[in-house]
Amino acid sequence: MDQFLQHLVNGTVLGATYALLGIGLTLIFGIMKVVNFAHGELYAFGAYVAYALVSLLQMDYFVALILAAGLGLLLGASIEFLLLRRCRLENIDEVMLIMIGVMIIMQNAELLAWGGVAKVVPTPFPQESIIIGGIYLSPTRLFVLGAAIVLLLAFYLVIERSRLGLAMRATFQDEDAARIVGVNVGRIYTLTFGLGSSLAAITGALLAPVFVVTPTMGDLASLKAFAIVILGGLGNIRGAALGGFALALIEEFGAAYISTAYRDAIGFLVILAVMIARPQGLFAARERVG
Amino acid sequence: MLIKPLYAMLLGGALLASQAQADDTIRIGVSQPLTGSVAASGTYVTNGARLAVEHINGKGGVLGKPLELIIEDNKSNPREAVNTAEKLILRDKVPVMMGAWGSTFTLATMPKLEEYGVPMVVETASSSKVTTSGNPWVFRISPTSMMEAQAFAKQLSSFAPAIKKVDFLSVNNDWGLGAAGAFKEVLESKGIEVGRSEIIAPDATDLSAQLAALKNSGSDTIIVTSGVEQLTLAIRQAAEQGIKQRLVTTGGSFPEPLVKNPGPKGYVSTHLLFFSPWTADQSIHPDIARTYMDAWEAKGYPFPGLTEGFRGYDAILTIAEAIRVAGKAEPEAIRDALWKVKLAGVNGDIAFHKEGPEGRESGQNTPNIYIIQLQDGEVSAL
Repeated sequence: MDQFLQHLVNGTVLGATYALLGIGLTLIFGIMKVVNFAHGELYAFGAYVAYALVSLLQMDYFVALILAAGLGLLLGASIEFLLLRRCRLENIDEVMLIMIGVMIIMQNAELLAWGGVAKVVPTPFPQESIIIGGIYLSPTRLFVLGAAIVLLLAFYLVIERSRLGLAMRATFQDEDAARIVGVNVGRIYTLTFGLGSSLAAITGALLAPVFVVTPTMGDLASLKAFAIVILGGLGNIRGAALGGFALALIEEFGAAYISTAYRDAIGFLVILAVMIARPQGLFAARERVG
Repeated sequence: MLIKPLYAMLLGGALLASQAQADDTIRIGVSQPLTGSVAASGTYVTNGARLAVEHINGKGGVLGKPLELIIEDNKSNPREAVNTAEKLILRDKVPVMMGAWGSTFTLATMPKLEEYGVPMVVETASSSKVTTSGNPWVFRISPTSMMEAQAFAKQLSSFAPAIKKVDFLSVNNDWGLGAAGAFKEVLESKGIEVGRSEIIAPDATDLSAQLAALKNSGSDTIIVTSGVEQLTLAIRQAAEQGIKQRLVTTGGSFPEPLVKNPGPKGYVSTHLLFFSPWTADQSIHPDIARTYMDAWEAKGYPFPGLTEGFRGYDAILTIAEAIRVAGKAEPEAIRDALWKVKLAGVNGDIAFHKEGPEGRESGQNTPNIYIIQLQDGEVSAL
């Protein structure tokens, strides 16, 4: 029983970070229809910001988290404004090529700046785990879980309840109608891309003290994020969040009770099965566009 | 009409120039993972190789010529490892190679060595397949997993409480699976029970599922095989999850980040190393170890990187000696000379014995293995 609960706790913490990655991407990929291959690179960017600020400049970890989110927002918004705005998102091939280019440039820039050797970000929390009824959880992971849940809720409220969220949803449902009722469509595009990127960057910064920071860490994150978005249904915020938890728990329990060698394969097998049964994803109400 | 001879002259001149440049130095091809999942180790080995070249060139080089390294990044990827070998052999025309950090990358490269007839000194690879598959161009200075397992078995009495049952946590490649196999065989023959075997993907960062599965397995020791990055993650995450078993790592990599950023207080991990800079005075040739360590320190490289940097250092010393014995920098002559090499290196004495099918043997060295312990960022000999 202890082991089952330990797996549940591990899977939930991992799931919270998967959910953050998934929501960021579903904003960009699901709603804006930009196949954002650079999502994982923004995650790596956030982790390197944390490394530079905390390990090199001895800055407070929590300040670094906020700065990582801010810089991620700025970088994402710049990518949209400088690169995507110009091709007006009409030709998906062009957009894809641009994003692949951004991914390659960012990954190699990280390599050039920091080298290929993994970096470690010290945690501000005690190293000794919290033990409740035989279940172990490190304070760092507990903080990651808490922060992720707060961010998930905040994003949900912004998208579903705020005027900004309303304008975003309106823009991506019908751009012309949104323009007629006075929405600044260009600004919404830039802001959406920035917000999605910011989520990826803060996830990277949150996980930097849990894992290690490397220039190729974004590859795995991108792969998982795409899987989660497809699993949850394109453009569905709730779907991406639940998809994140679902994928993490499937991986964790699959590894624990079936085979650790096929941990990733089990996750993708379930996604394949979902695609066959429900091609629009688990939680999407409508058919996929395009 | 004038253009043709002019063109020919230019072309001829260029060829002569490149020929002259190539003849000025003796080139050695290096294929190492400088990026990707085992980048830390590859970087250390490459730095060790650079130091050996500086050392040799400082003493006048080999056959009156300085050595020159052509370094290629195999990106911790077997496909890229093959590309680096083709590039080094075909474009740079190196007569000998060093590489490729790890069994999987080395095994992927080996058919190219045979195809083009270029010898390679393997500085890191523990799968027995490297020297038993019948490739006469391969000369390995690092120990096989079997040698490591046997060295470990000799030290079993140093562990208290005694090891009675072991589990395995292995990276999913030739190295990890091979090491688990060799340790199982040797430990079972010593009457030790073998329990679960858990596998991790080479790029995995979250090992919590595997560790939680091993937590209540009833074993007292987990044998972990992977590179610097995953060893660091495994030890940190094992401590976080309250894993009570003793962690023993194989393969000669050292979780260097834990020296600066140790995990929970009191947590002890055990490491099988092929060079221990903390106890260098007890090595076979302390003077050679000292020269290497001083050069490393002078460059400002991180101290724990010495544990793997020596691989590159010893490999280049070996190659240089073979070129000296051969009397010329040509692939076949170097290969024949490698069999005659008798050399004092950082790890100890280097010489090759024959392994693999008769008539197509590969060279295998018998290196020394050291066991150390890490606790709260402090290292001590076992």
